Amino acid sequence: MIAACKIDISVGEDDFDSAVELEKLRSAGVGAIASFTGIVRDEATGPALIALTLEHYPEMTTSQLRKIAEQAADRWQLGAVIICHRVGRLLPEDNIVFVGTSSAHRKAAFDACAFIMDYLKTEAPFWKKEETTQGTRWIDARISDDEALKKW
Amino acid sequence: MRIRYFAWMREHTGCSEEQLALPAAVLTVSDLIDHLSSVSDGHALALKNRKTVRVAVNLTFAAPDTPLCDTDEVAFFPPVTGG
Repeated sequence: MIAACKIDISVGEDDFDSAVELEKLRSAGVGAIASFTGIVRDEATGPALIALTLEHYPEMTTSQLRKIAEQAADRWQLGAVIICHRVGRLLPEDNIVFVGTSSAHRKAAFDACAFIMDYLKTEAPFWKKEETTQGTRWIDARISDDEALKKW
Repeated sequence: MRIRYFAWMREHTGCSEEQLALPAAVLTVSDLIDHLSSVSDGHALALKNRKTVRVAVNLTFAAPDTPLCDTDEVAFFPPVTGG
């Protein structure tokens, strides 16, 4: 039996270790752990990517991520939610984001993880700036990210 | 009132934050955007396309008709691109 959902949010410049975060999701009553790890691609929207700089609104970021995790916990029976999001200058292959969810059964863990990522993409105040071989530019938001919310 | 700008809006306004004594005529977020747009060309450029302006009042997403008071923190930023 799972008690109240444990929520752990961290935002900062330091890297995280997905394996370590996954271990934290194990607890009594948990039969399923799902996770998503976002990584910096080496291709920009055009030319080769040198780095990606993530800016955020620190006071709002943590509270928004917590709200999203709480919405997921209201909707599915979850043991724990972990969200780690990095900011600052990141290089190709660096970790950007980790979302992990645990539950008694796989569907709740999978769905809650996807729900959190979809909402994070549209409601958490982060912005990415690409540094490429041809200069820098702010990445535009994708309409498909807004569309993704409709399924929830 | 504390006003904050993020991402390319910060680059256009040339500042990450500024203090403003709330003018009597500014009652809502929409009024504030009108007022700030007259501050400088950079402000006008940052806030030009209302469809791309996201607003948070006291750390919560707000709408154009959200009412304001002098102690609020208002943040302007483009659509988010995290994850």
